[in-house]
Parts: sequence; structure tokens; C-alpha cells
Amino acid sequence: MKRRSFVAKSSLGGLAALLGVEIVFKDLMPDGYVPVALQDTDPFKLFYKDKDMVVLNDKPWNIEAQAHLLDDKITPNKSIFIRNNGLIPEDIDVDNWTLTIDGESVIQEKTYSLSELKSKFKQYTYQLTLECGGNGRSEFDPPAKGNQWTIGAVYCASWTGVRLRDVLEDVGIKEDAVYFGYHAADVHLSRDPNKEPISRGAPMSKALQDETILAFKMNGEDIPIAHGYPLRVIAGGWPASVSGKWLQRLSIRNIVHDGTKMTGTAYRVPCKPVAPGEKVADEDMCIIESMPVKSLITYPKSGATLSLGKKLNIRGHAWAGELEVSKMEYSIDFGATWKVCTIEKPANRLAWQHFSAKISFPQEGYYEVWARATDSNGVSQPMLLPGWNPKGYLNNACHRIAVKIA
Amino acid sequence: MKKHTNEKLKLAFQELYRKILMIFAVIAIGAIILVYFMVDPSLSVFRDDEPKTEIVVLPETNDEFDKIENGIHVRTGFVEAPGMMETVQNCTNCHSSKLVIQNRMDEERWKSTIKWMQETQNLWDLGENEEVIINYLVTNYPPRKKGRREVLTDIEWYQLEE
Repeated sequence: MKRRSFVAKSSLGGLAALLGVEIVFKDLMPDGYVPVALQDTDPFKLFYKDKDMVVLNDKPWNIEAQAHLLDDKITPNKSIFIRNNGLIPEDIDVDNWTLTIDGESVIQEKTYSLSELKSKFKQYTYQLTLECGGNGRSEFDPPAKGNQWTIGAVYCASWTGVRLRDVLEDVGIKEDAVYFGYHAADVHLSRDPNKEPISRGAPMSKALQDETILAFKMNGEDIPIAHGYPLRVIAGGWPASVSGKWLQRLSIRNIVHDGTKMTGTAYRVPCKPVAPGEKVADEDMCIIESMPVKSLITYPKSGATLSLGKKLNIRGHAWAGELEVSKMEYSIDFGATWKVCTIEKPANRLAWQHFSAKISFPQEGYYEVWARATDSNGVSQPMLLPGWNPKGYLNNACHRIAVKIA
Repeated sequence: MKKHTNEKLKLAFQELYRKILMIFAVIAIGAIILVYFMVDPSLSVFRDDEPKTEIVVLPETNDEFDKIENGIHVRTGFVEAPGMMETVQNCTNCHSSKLVIQNRMDEERWKSTIKWMQETQNLWDLGENEEVIINYLVTNYPPRKKGRREVLTDIEWYQLEE
């Protein structure tokens, strides 16, 4: 049977798949005409998202979760944030989808079909934490430009695919390889075919890790269209923009990859700390690699009211980029005292870890429960905003929820 | 004899008159057909294969399209103020108005953002509208002081049942 999510006959077939219904009279639609359903659409139905997800931007689509939606140990699609730099590809033909490995540092360019990738290489499944580099941007002062993410641009799904390392061994890589850079099928906002919305990557050391995979399944099913169907790089623990969606080409470079959003100030922070609002020259901005230690209280939802004498069970997740979380604490007195939470080991490296605690409150009143994770290097989350940076990345300040004891 | 000649001449004139009329009629009909082809080259009026179901096309020109409700431009969410339409027309073609509204910048940073979009994102030269747009944005969407950490707001209180 032909497995085709998007009918090749007409790009409107792709729209039909997105809409979940057949478009009647699609042959009669004028070229370039976008059906009303996709112009002014319900993203929650379009992408199968929870109705409590928050739409930050609808062109391109950028949608984030709220903390309580991320309570599952393995995040379901309905709670996974969407961060797009360009337009979602409209006509994906999986039967003819190929991945080409090229670049200055391949011995010979090689192209694989999806079925070749799946059959030729051993498949692995990992739970991998992906967090947007700009998660938490909304809190910076002076404000930083871009989508104003609050706390919901993070998740940990289960990804299945083949190791990038295995594929690169099959291709043959020269000794001067420095970086990989991806190229994808998404479309630039200006619809200029010569522009790529985003083309990022990571050093070879990250490419060669066990957990860096070319994934074709998320949570055991085909990757949802908004998350990179049919093929995606997954590089857990790094800014999620390294995990390129709709992957078609991967270049092995003998220089630091210079694709769109690798240069200038994109996904970079000042190499040296700067004062809030300070101007930083491009050459003084350094590429973000591992994400910092962070945690989220996913239960209960902020605003819980309970009676005095009742204990409050809290739970959530903590992650630390390339590292592990070694300690998890909570405070109900704005950091004056901290108590330890239990924290589980990660399911595998780069998976987020689950914590829980039982809290007693001394008297009636307004409280905030603050959570603080510490990584295996002894580095903790700050209670205040971390160092200001021009693009508003890496805000890993403690998460907190409001609680009332009545 | 003379009368006979006059009669013949009269008939010949009448014949000529009819022919001229016919030629004019043909030219007129031809012209009408030609004009129609220019207006509707696909002869859509005479075809019966139009969809029976209505395809709803968003109105481009009527008042609903740029409706203002409670001081908000309904279609984009922009605050109604001088410079709003210039902002709508120049800043919502590639990206959503939501991206503009959620950002708070001063004049200098909006300027550099516009420059960045022109250099890398195919934004056109805004001409005199650049100042109008920047004024609109800094006036209606000014940066807000947040400090190092804000208090929690918009808390929806609920009874926790366990």
C-alpha cells in the first residue's frame, strides 16, 4: 500500500491532509488560492493541540504549552510547543523523500531513501528533552526581540530513528570535519525559494553522540507534520533549533556551519557577561551549545487553594542540557529555606527527570512554591533572571506556582 | 424612358444603402464580441461547470475587512491610532501582527529590526512610512519595566481536590 500523507497530485492534497477533510472542487480553486480553513484556522484542530496551548504567532506558527500541560512523563503531541521559523512544507511526498549527506568533509556525497535509512541502520529509541533557546524570553528587561515565550517551549518526547554516527560512518567522513548543518523543506516567510528559513547544526562531537539521531517516529508514531515529518535531526539537550525538521540534506562542514540563524546574533549569547541593554558586537556573540539546568512544576496548576493541615503533593520535571540533574529542591518562603524533593534518574541520557515532594504549610495565607534544580556540576537555577543577553536566550530562572491555604 | 432610369437609380441606391447597413451591423456585432472576449476571455458566463457549492473568499474591499471594534482593528488586533493602516499594510505580509504586538522596542531598536528585515528577509524600502510606523509602534506598544523578576499575576484560583 502506498503510504502517502500528502497527495502528490496537487499541493492542495497536502492542505486536505492538514485539514483532515477532502477539499471538494479543489481542481477549480484558482492557483495560489488558500482555502479559508487555512487562512483563519483553528490551530488546535490543525495540529491536534490541547485547547489550553497558547498561540504566540500564527504566521509563522509558534505555539507554547503551559506548565500544567506538561505533566506527563513523556510529553504527548497535544502539549508539545511549535516553533517555526518559516512556513510548514505543503507537499511532502514520503515515497520519494531522500536524505543527501554532502559537504566539504564527506569523502563522497551519498543519498538515502527513507526506507533505506530505516532498513540499513539499527534503530534506537530515546526520550530526549528539547527546549527552545528562547524559552523564558518574555521575562527579560529590557525586552528582547522575537516570540515572547514564557515557560512552555520545552518537552520530552520519545524519538525513534537511526544514529547520525552510523549514517556518517557509512558515508565516510574526512578528518577535517568540524560541524554538521541541516537543510530542510520548509519555506521562507517571503516565499523566496533562494532563502532558507533556518539551517543550523552542531559540532561533530555532538553529531557523533549515541543519542543524536535521525528520527522518523515520535512517541511511536509518524512525526506530526508540525514537528518535522517525515525526518528530523534530534540533538537533545541543545537549543531545539539544532534538531532540524523536514530534513532533506545534511552537510558535513570543514568550518563552523554558516547557514541561516547560525551567524550574527541568532542563537548566540555574549561571550562575556554584559549589563542589561548593553550593545554587543556580532563578533562578541558565542553560539549556544548545551542548555542550562532548569525545572518546571507541572502539578498542581498554579492557583491551587487547599485547607490548612492538608499536604500538597507537587511534581514536575528537571533537565540540565548535556548534564544530569543531581539535586532538586523546593521553597515556600521565597528561597529563605529549601527542602529536598525526590528526583528520579533519567530514562536515558538527555531525558528529563521527574521530581516530587509533599509539602506542609505552617499557617493560612498566600504562598509561592519555587522549584530549583542543581546539575551534576553543582550549578543551580537562579531565582532571579540570569544574565541579560540581547536576544533573550537561556532564561532558566526558577519556576514557581501560587498556592493559597484557606 | 427618363422615369425608367430614375426608377433604376433609386433601386440601386436602396441596394447600396442596405449593404452599408449590413456591413455596419456586422462590424458592430464583431466589436461587441471582441469587447466581450477582452473582458471574459474564458467565456465563463456560458459555461455550466462552475462549482455548485459556494467557495467563501474573504472580502478584500468591504468595510468588514478593516473593521474596528472597541479601538482594535479586528483582523490584526492592532490598536487604532495614527499609523495603524501603514503598519498593517507593511508589517503583516510576511509575518503575523502577533509577532509585532508581542514585542516592545524603542525607536532605535525598531529601526535596526526594520533594517535587519530589509537586509535578510526581503522587506522593501518603507520610504516615508518608516517614520509613521515606528511612531505608531513606540507610542502604542512601548517597552514596560519588568525588573529582575515580576510578581505572579492573572492567577486563576481554584479549589484543589485530591
